[in-house]
Amino acid sequence: MAISGSLNITAAMVDPALLDLPWDVPLEDWPENTIAALPKGISRHLVRFVNLSGYVIAVKETSEDLARREYEMLRTLQRMDVPCVEPVAVISNRADENGQPLEAVLVTRHLKFSLPYRALFSQALRPDTATRLVDALSLLLVRLHIIGFFWGDVSLSNTLFRRDAGSFAAYLVDAETGKLYTGGGLSNGQRENDLEIARVNIAGELMDLAAGGRVEEDVDPVEVSERIVAQYRTLWAELTGWESFPGYERWRINERVDRLNALGFDIEELAIRTDQEGTQVRIQPKVVDAGHHQRRLIRLTGIDAEENQARRLLNDLDSYAATFGREEQDEEALAHEWVAQVFEPVVRAIPRDLKGKLEPAEVFHQLLEHRWFMSQKQSRDVPLAEAVAAYIDDILRHRRDEATVINPQTGILTLPLDEEELDAELDADADGDWRSRV
Amino acid sequence: MASVTFDHATRLYPGSTRPAVDALNLEVADGEFLVLVGPSGCGKSTSLRMLAGLEEVNAGSILIGDRNVTDVPPKDRDIAMVFQNYALYPHMTVAENMGFALKIAGINKDERATRVLEAARLLDLEPYLNRKPKALSGGQRQRVAMGRAIVRQPQVFLMDEPLSNLDAKLRVQTRTQIASLQRRLGVTTVYVTHDQTEALTMGDRIAVLKDGLLQQVGTPRDLYEAPNNVFVAGFIGSPAMNLFTADLTEGGVRFGTSVVPLERSIGAQASGSHVTIGVRPEDIVVSQTRGEGLAVHVDLVEELGADGYLYGHSDIDGKRTDIVTRVDGRIHPSMGETVYLTAAPGHVHVFDVESGERLSSAVTLA
Repeated sequence: MAISGSLNITAAMVDPALLDLPWDVPLEDWPENTIAALPKGISRHLVRFVNLSGYVIAVKETSEDLARREYEMLRTLQRMDVPCVEPVAVISNRADENGQPLEAVLVTRHLKFSLPYRALFSQALRPDTATRLVDALSLLLVRLHIIGFFWGDVSLSNTLFRRDAGSFAAYLVDAETGKLYTGGGLSNGQRENDLEIARVNIAGELMDLAAGGRVEEDVDPVEVSERIVAQYRTLWAELTGWESFPGYERWRINERVDRLNALGFDIEELAIRTDQEGTQVRIQPKVVDAGHHQRRLIRLTGIDAEENQARRLLNDLDSYAATFGREEQDEEALAHEWVAQVFEPVVRAIPRDLKGKLEPAEVFHQLLEHRWFMSQKQSRDVPLAEAVAAYIDDILRHRRDEATVINPQTGILTLPLDEEELDAELDADADGDWRSRV
Repeated sequence: MASVTFDHATRLYPGSTRPAVDALNLEVADGEFLVLVGPSGCGKSTSLRMLAGLEEVNAGSILIGDRNVTDVPPKDRDIAMVFQNYALYPHMTVAENMGFALKIAGINKDERATRVLEAARLLDLEPYLNRKPKALSGGQRQRVAMGRAIVRQPQVFLMDEPLSNLDAKLRVQTRTQIASLQRRLGVTTVYVTHDQTEALTMGDRIAVLKDGLLQQVGTPRDLYEAPNNVFVAGFIGSPAMNLFTADLTEGGVRFGTSVVPLERSIGAQASGSHVTIGVRPEDIVVSQTRGEGLAVHVDLVEELGADGYLYGHSDIDGKRTDIVTRVDGRIHPSMGETVYLTAAPGHVHVFDVESGERLSSAVTLA
């Protein structure tokens, strides 16, 4: 493939395979053999997924300014440990074979095992799934607000979800409208505005699913959308609120730390004020850091997992320690033993052809669940090896591969749209009077 | 509908000593289309965000109608940010797409239908109410998104650089559409742009900001004919007004070897023996024969059909000064020539060399 004239590539690390892509062809016309599965998505900009050496990238055609801005923004967010897609490169100065300029592109790396919300259920969205999606998104929004990031377009469509031990972990996908306010952080008005945008977008997305017959009857879009506001406020208050108590109740400081740990946060800095007489104490977390269990797990075992998965694995590690640990053995040594004796045998037991189904940490979580159910049903302690075999054959084998699910497209049309989409289908009216649907 | 008032509204970012918006006083009349314009960092977007409730107001207040909204949360201000990334949902009809936010707000079905129909008529979307967005053209989709804002019937529309992502052609089209729609709706609108052409073509009035300070507010014509100061003079108009220092003389100001007559009072007001003078490219008379005026070396002539622009430079007080003038698109001097420029009588803007404030009266357009 010829590299046209003076292609300009900005990237932290260039994968040579990137150079082989047909940058002199408009994204829309890229040959099918380069495109990973699926038809092009309909969104503000044209986005297509491409197979690169061993992984999938998302290529978005947009203006050079926007591409650069979003690239820098995503890099900044990554440095700040915010869960978001990984920016790979900005490619500008594109031209077709006749020298006609083509739009710049932003290349991001597809997040393995992440799913768009529409891919998280097969038939219709169930109330509990809706709840878990919204909870994951509200946690992400709180984390973004804490570092001073105003999103401006909070929605389920602009988020990717990874399974996380029965919950979901949310990742920011689209940072195009976002802005980072360092220094003073966000104003209440900015946070409120993001919340309002989130509420309206979520309601709209669920109403759209409902219009397509993909929501179970007892899901009320408005009610679900209001949950994000409530969840967000609870979390925000816990993470940033002042709490005051009499001086003799100083145990409440530890209690606050424990509560935040349970929510998955570490307190890096805590403000403590006492009044003149020292009878009242006021505390407020100043710097909090998500990933409490993730960090502990990675420190002890080197396993990189989502927060709830990490919690689950650590629980298992703790019960392993309680059962087999000797008093003089230190935590690290025990953890090492647990990885070698418990975790790795399970991961190794997964047949190669099933490795694309779920992440190892998620498999482990599901296995523990399955083992618990088996034990309950059979009223005995099912050994791990037996549970693994049963889980692989009864559960894992029947799941779809989720390593690179990029279909179905999120299916949202946003503005501004390009003029090329002018080819209107004319007989596309819905049945009946429009008033019945408004 | 309502007026908007900024009353000494100030925004000072934490850790900063200079306010991003400094005691802004501005009144937007009911139904008016006001454009906030200025270079980046001038405070225009911050002002809009203060009005939207996204930015804290550290001093002063903001009113919508008679209501002080300074401490009111954004969603309770009865404003609409138009062109925020409005999504269109593929399984919902145009009517549903336009009306769903009303449903969330708990507005009853009849009222929803009434408002959707009204907006659809305004936007020429009535025939498509029962259609899915996929079957609409790009322009129609854009109007559906506008409809989402219109059905809410807000007191004020806010638009922050809504055209910045569009290509040049679509930008001009949409510009016209927005302006004409706003006039039909009669909703008070505050519009932010960095593009002075956009400001001149769209606004009833324009407020020019720089470094957080309001420089001037007026109709496009006010700003063009009588810019308050050197900054506004240079910012409004394209190509920009020629601005340079000139010596005051008996009865006027020196323009090369010629003297441009000025009102007597100007000399008395000026803070020194120099002034800054400004002449728009179309107010310069170009002569190819050696004579009175400012000698200018021609660097380039840009032909734009009927008109053209001559870009040249001159030596004024030992300083290279770039000059732009409008010339005939076909018959014009060529690159490398020296030409002699004089200002059309009565078309010179005079500013104080120290303060930059305007000294002369308005230059009225012929």
